[in-house]
Parts: sequence; C-alpha cells; structure tokens
Amino acid sequence: MKVQAVSHLRFYIKVLKEQMMKGSFLVPYIIMLTVEGMPLLYLELAVGQRMRQGSIGAWRTINPYLSGVGVASVVVSFFLSMYYNVINAWAFWYLFHSFQDPLPWSVCPLNGNRTGYDEECEKASSTQYFWYRKTLNISPSIQESGAVQWEPALCLILAWLLVYLCILRGTESTGKVVYFTALLPYCVLIVYLVRGLTLHGATNGLAYMFTPKMEQLANPKAWINAATQIFFSLGLGFGSLIAFASYNEPSNNCQKHAVIVSIINSSTSIFASVVTFSIYGFKATFNYESCLNKVILLLTNSFDLEDGFLTVSNLEEVKSYLASAYPSKYSEVFPQIKNCSLESELETAVQGTGLAFIVYTEAIKNMEVSQLWSVLYFFMLLMLGIGSMLGNTAAILTPLTDSKVISSYLPKEAISGLVCLVSCAIGLVFTMEAGNYWFDIFNDYAATLPLLLIVLVEAAAVCYLYGLRRFESDLKAMTGHALNWYWKAMWGGVSPLLIISLFVFYLSDYIITGTLQYQAWDASQGQLVTKDYPPYALAIIGLLVASSTMCIPLGALGTFIVRRLKRRDTASVA
Amino acid sequence: MSWMGPREDAENAFKVRLSLRTALGDKAYAWDTNEEYLFKAMVAFSMRRVPNREGTEISHVLLCNVTQRVSFWFVVTDPSRNHTLPAVEVQSAIRLPLVAVSGGCSSLRMNRNRINNAFFLNDQTLEFLRIPATLAPPTDPSVPIWIIIFGVIFCIVIVATMLLILSGIRQHRRKNKGPSEMEDTEDKWENTVKIENGIPCDPLDMKGGHVNDAFVTEDERLTPL
Repeated sequence: MKVQAVSHLRFYIKVLKEQMMKGSFLVPYIIMLTVEGMPLLYLELAVGQRMRQGSIGAWRTINPYLSGVGVASVVVSFFLSMYYNVINAWAFWYLFHSFQDPLPWSVCPLNGNRTGYDEECEKASSTQYFWYRKTLNISPSIQESGAVQWEPALCLILAWLLVYLCILRGTESTGKVVYFTALLPYCVLIVYLVRGLTLHGATNGLAYMFTPKMEQLANPKAWINAATQIFFSLGLGFGSLIAFASYNEPSNNCQKHAVIVSIINSSTSIFASVVTFSIYGFKATFNYESCLNKVILLLTNSFDLEDGFLTVSNLEEVKSYLASAYPSKYSEVFPQIKNCSLESELETAVQGTGLAFIVYTEAIKNMEVSQLWSVLYFFMLLMLGIGSMLGNTAAILTPLTDSKVISSYLPKEAISGLVCLVSCAIGLVFTMEAGNYWFDIFNDYAATLPLLLIVLVEAAAVCYLYGLRRFESDLKAMTGHALNWYWKAMWGGVSPLLIISLFVFYLSDYIITGTLQYQAWDASQGQLVTKDYPPYALAIIGLLVASSTMCIPLGALGTFIVRRLKRRDTASVA
Repeated sequence: MSWMGPREDAENAFKVRLSLRTALGDKAYAWDTNEEYLFKAMVAFSMRRVPNREGTEISHVLLCNVTQRVSFWFVVTDPSRNHTLPAVEVQSAIRLPLVAVSGGCSSLRMNRNRINNAFFLNDQTLEFLRIPATLAPPTDPSVPIWIIIFGVIFCIVIVATMLLILSGIRQHRRKNKGPSEMEDTEDKWENTVKIENGIPCDPLDMKGGHVNDAFVTEDERLTPL
C-alpha cells in the first residue's frame, strides 16, 4: 500500500504539466505502459523485495560491479530535488495571489500615463505577462542572469521549510503525509472534472483528445515523450521503488502490486487528462470566439455597418461582399483581420512548466468565481509537488541516514536540515532573472537521459549478469508464483531494445539539429524566440548528464580496483 | 445637418461611435433625432462647465454624417457661429470633473460618466474617437495581499517545525536518561527475586493480591488420601 501511494504521487505533476497537447497522446501512452512501464516496475519491485536492501545495497548484491547504479539513482534524485521545489515555489506564489479580486493575471497593468495598457502585456496576453514578467521577471537570454528576485526566493524558502517539516521525523511521518498529499488531489480533480465538463467548449477539447492523428503517431517524438512520461510517472530508476519494496514481506505478491499500480496510474492519468483537455477546450473555444468578435468589431467599425449586423454565421459572406464592394478600403483593413481557427487554438502547445501556469490560469480567469477555482487548482498542484518532493528527498536521505558514518555524528533532523539547506541555496539560482532557462536545462537533461540509462542497465543486469533463470527461481521460491512468459519476454528482449531505440532517437535528434536550442522570452515582441545555448551552458548540460551516468562505470571501476588490491594483499600475505 | 465652414473644422470635429446592440442587447433603443438632441444637450452641458463657455447652447453643437453603425461627427461652434471651438477645449470639457476633486472622489472623468449614463452606455460602447478614456487606476492596497498570506503561512510552518524539533530533542534526552533508570529498576527486581529464591511471585504480592481462604480450605479437604 505504501508502495502504491508513493508511486501515485510521482506522476501527477508530470502528467498534468507536460501533457502531450497533441490528440494522439493516448495511444503511445497506453502502448508504452504495457510494454515498458509495467514490466520494469515489476522488475524493480521484485529486486527490492528479493534483496531486501535499498538501491545501493541491492545492486551490489546482484553484482558487485553494479554498485554505481544505486549511486547514480541517488545523484539523479539529488538533482531532481534541487530544481523541482522551484515549481512548488511558483505554485505558492500563484496561490497567494489568488486571493485578490480581480485575479492579477486577468487584467493588464496600466502603462505610465494611464492611457492604455502596458506594452508588453498588450502584445502578449495578460496571463503570459503575469508569468514572464511578474513571476519570473525573465531576462531576454540565458547569458543575462540578473539578480535574485526576492519574491520567488521567499516562496522557495517557504517551500523548502514545508518539505523539511514533512521529512523531519523520517520515513514514518513521511508515509502519513504522503497519504494526505496523494488522496487530496483526487478530490480536487473530481471537482474539476464536474466543472470542466460543464464548461462551454469542453467537448471541443475532448474530441481533440480522443481523435488519433495518424501523422503524429508516425512521429517518434510522440513515442519518446510517452515513454519518458511513463518512467517519471512510475518513478522508475530513482531507487525509491527498490527502497520501499525492500520493506515488503518476501512472500508479497509483487506482480499483482505492479499491475495494480500501473493500472491505477494510467487510469488516473487518463482521468486527469480528461479534466485537462476539457479545460483546454474551454480556453481554446473562448479564445476562438473572442478572436472572431474582434474581427467582427473591426469590420463593423471600418465600414460603419449596423451594430449587431455581423454575426459569426454570416461573417464569411459579408467579408466577400465587402471585398467586392469596397476593394480599396477592404485591402486597407485586410492585414489586421486575423484568421481565427479553433484547430490552431487547440494546437498551441506551450513549452514546459509554462503549461501548468499559463494555460490553466488563462482558462481559470474566464470561469465564474475564478478565485475559488484558482485556489483549488494551485492547492492541488502544491500537494502534488510536495508529495513528489517527499519521495525525492526520501530517496536521498535513506542512504545518508543508513550510513553509519554520518548518522553517528548527526541526528537525522540535522541531516535532513542540511540537505534541505544545501538544496535551497542552490535552488536560489532558479529565482534569478535567467533562472527559468536554467530550470529548463535541469528539467530537460538532468533526469531524462540518466534515467533511461539506469533503467537499461538495471534490466540488462538482472537478465544477463544475474541470470534470468536464477532470478526466476528466486522469485518462485520467494513468492510461490511462477514467472509469466510475458515478463520474461519483456525483461529479456523488448524493454531493453525499446530503451536503446529511445537513446538512438535522442542522440540522432541532437546530431541532426546540431546544437541545442532553447526558447527565450522576447519582451519587445511579446512571444518566445528560439536561441542557441552558449558554450558554458552546453558544458553544464554535459556535466549534468555525465555526473549521474558516469557513476555506473566509475562504480564498476572502483570495485574492480578494490578487488585487485585485495587480491594482491591476500597474495602477498599468502 | 452639415456645416459649411473653413477646412479647419475637420480638425475640431470629433467622431463618436455607439454600440447600442452590444451594450443593451434586446433593450437597445433606436437612434433617432430625439436621441441626437439629447446628445447635443449633453455636449452643451459639458461645455458650459468650461470657464468662459457658460453661454453654450444646444444649437451650438452640430452633428453630421450619422451612419447606421451608429456613428457621427460633431463640432461645437462659438456663439457667433463663425468658427468652431478648438478640439482641446472640447476634449477638456468632456473630461472635466463634475466637482472639484475632494477627499472622497478621485475620478477625473465624471463628465464622461454623466454622458455615458444618459445613454445607458459605458466607455467601450460610447466612444469619442479622439478622446482616449483615462482608465481607472487599479486600487493597490498599501501592503500587497500576497505578502500577508505568505507571512501567515510562513509563521505557521516555522512554529510547527520548532515544535517538532523541540519534541525530538526532548525524546532524545529521555532516551539518554531512560537506560540509566532502567538499570536501577532491574537491580531492584533482581534483589527481590533473589530474596524469594528466584520465584517471581513477588509481583503478585506487590500488587496486593489477597489469599482466598476459602480455596485453601478446599484444597486441604481434597488432598489427604
């Protein structure tokens, strides 16, 4: 049950945040879940239950050369905890600002002489302005780092204090908090489901979600995103699953657990995506209709037509009539007429964390009693984020508190405090003006590639180093159930092959595009522009990926050297 | 009604645009000459509030080019009807405050509001195309609300953390004292057990158990054979 709870809390933020805003999200997700997610989840649970140790010890038992795998998991968890809490800080910021009327992101601030609205806000939308200017105060590029913004910094400190409060007493208290943080979002999701489905235009979003688009299915990016999302949502490769499974009874039927957890995970993610898409459909419909209204107003004013004459239904005919009757005037007005399309509104994909904050706030501001919905939504986001953070910090703290060296000097409150303090101090980097760009670097590179490698090594190690038959007989002796051929096929062949192909796609993508690029906010244009990373940012990306992946070969090397030395010692003694 | 006059009139003319259907929906009234008369009256009223223009009459306001939209142009002429009043004057008149800015009211646009209200419209549906509406300044409280809420939650979290840390320290101290206390009681136990020759029936006696005489006599009756 504990494992289930921990596994649930992992995925929500990722699913809600980085929803595939393309209609064919469901198909790759379900396929990847059955082929990759479930088998690998079962594998990790089985390893933990069999070895009865945390991730570092478990892999060392499987094969002494694999002690680096556990260390790599801890390093990845450390990076994750560093940057992840910034999301909670932003959620706090939005939550505190939700108690105002009107919501601060629904109106643009006035410009200097009060004759109009702020220029940047006019060009972008008020929600984007609030996110990029008021929350992040983002700089035009990653090179201009700017100063630490005190408002997000305060929220970050509060977020870390809250995390520290929850992990203070160790994993027993964390378990209780985890139940709360995992169950409450369900309630909010149900409320939102009811509200979302009754919104005007929600059906557009749902129709978009459920219609598969063949050309997007052919795009490997859709499959890659689905796969990495499964990894994150199930918490594979972080070492926390192994740690939690090690507390289980040996006779525990972990196969049943794995299947149940995966099914609950996927059904919750589908449930969450129904909510998301209905709200998204509402937002797209609202924008589409206001775009049409703007065009109508423009034409009515330019041609002095009777107010109310132009409606959505006769817009096209009237446009063609005006084009023929007043060609010169029409050609003057024509550049300003936007082509409004519901499809394009539905297809606007917002990058990264912006999705959760920009898209949802835009939808919320148009609902009635928007303060209530806003508070509910950000409270839920906060619960999910804190829950994820608890899992992460537990993964870091368990090896630290288990090691005799450290725990003899410091009580566990002090260790937790130190970890939180260090992570908070490093996390202040993300509150600088260029902080969001660094955040995107961490988000995109710190966990995705290393996790793939870790899981690949895990699957290959169990099947080929330890021996699939040996593991099968272990499981049979432990649980009493024979291993189904499906799991054997997946562990031995399909899942590793899939991960290798994902690797190949990532690398080929990188090689084809040449250099890595990022989206920077241009204040003068009021939109995102693509820029190249400077060399030192590329170096840091390389360092991030290397520092966790190199643990595996370094661990093997270290064990090899230690064994060599021992052999020499025993040889010399003899 | 159109005016014939020097070209400079065009500079001093303002275009007005009304969106009756948008503002009022089904209750929209038709724009006829009576409404035009009311409009002229409102403009004249605004002009009369300008110093030196108290003599403005309704007949000094001229409307022109009324379209279906509804939109039209208007100018205000001076009493001699020779030339039109400069745009700046008319603009300031429309924007003039109704009363001197006193403590209570800080809106600078009460004349505009008056005109809007006469027609059941607002700034967006009754537009004076060259007179930008000064947007209402947002009401900023002196202390932003979010800081208050932040402060509350921050204090709660800090207090809770302190409490947990302190209780943790107290538990540690108790544990440290605990083993030494445990040893004392164990010695006591051993002493009493030794006295009783290792038979641990002492706890029963210490708990104040009473010997039931009735049972004893029954046993004595039954045992001899």
